[in-house]
Amino acid sequence: MDGLIQSGAVAPAITQEFPALGLLWLDVAAAPSRTPPDVRDRLAHLSDRWRGAQALALRRQPVAHAHRVFFRHIGLDPDVQRVPQEEVIVRRLLDGGFRPRGLPADALTIACVQTGVGVWALDAGAVDGPLAIAFDETQRIAVCDAAGRLAALFEAPDARAAVVKATRAMRLYAIRAPGVPELFVREALELAAELLEPA
Amino acid sequence: MVAVLDRVVAPDHAAARRALREQISRLEREWSALERPPGAAQATARPGHARLLGVGELERARDALTARLAHARALQAQRGATQEAARVRLERMLLEPGRHRFEQVPASALGEGGCGVYAVRPRLGLIGMLMGWWQVKLSSGCPLPG
Repeated sequence: MDGLIQSGAVAPAITQEFPALGLLWLDVAAAPSRTPPDVRDRLAHLSDRWRGAQALALRRQPVAHAHRVFFRHIGLDPDVQRVPQEEVIVRRLLDGGFRPRGLPADALTIACVQTGVGVWALDAGAVDGPLAIAFDETQRIAVCDAAGRLAALFEAPDARAAVVKATRAMRLYAIRAPGVPELFVREALELAAELLEPA
Repeated sequence: MVAVLDRVVAPDHAAARRALREQISRLEREWSALERPPGAAQATARPGHARLLGVGELERARDALTARLAHARALQAQRGATQEAARVRLERMLLEPGRHRFEQVPASALGEGGCGVYAVRPRLGLIGMLMGWWQVKLSSGCPLPG
């Protein structure tokens, strides 16, 4: 791994309501690429492990449950906007398997399925300074840098810092929902970074 | 005196929000543990955005979840009653097939999976019909598509 995992700041008003909410991020020197064979095999292996029965029981698993509760606390309905792991598993059920979509998407998928924690990738070159959880201009909770909003919480990054073909370094981040042990969040980031690192 | 009065009457919104969040957590636990019957899982809310909720919004979220939980439980109870009635009917068919000629109970009505149907049929076809030999048969397999 290139960088160390770092903790992002959380706006005081948000910390006051959710003291356990956190943001961790990590820089990785990696460019988008096609899915390598070992990642392809891993996706196939995961596809075999995740079937309908496991998907139904997922919402009772501690990490997914903690996310569902937090979603409700911040005005998201987890039955409409699925929590990261449920989103990935439902896509697996609809597609009939975890279909390779290239890197970094596959690395983020594997990290999310394995740990239950969502990981997102940004173009490190387009990010201005450290990441933080703060309010955007419409008072929504978002992942921000010094220049403003990078992504709404638990949503795909905005175009400003999305990973593109020209990206040569990525910043991976994961949100620590209250009730989710930090160990899981770190593991998710480390796993995604490992998969993204060139062999 | 005024300071004391302020302390007495000023509502503690933070504590109220905390209490509401705890209630929502408990309801979500019950909602997740519930085996939702078909029709109960549909959420009516539109996609939203992450934000800090005030007391009123948290109350609305709690009430909506309570209503969905109650609806799901009512559907579950209704489904349980329907399955119980189907089970009683099947038991009667098994006890006295001759009195329930050609009656059918789909396996799905009993809460079982698959496309099987329990049906009272004559043993050995026409001979059984004439002799009054009746039995309950379970058809198996789903019809082929198309």
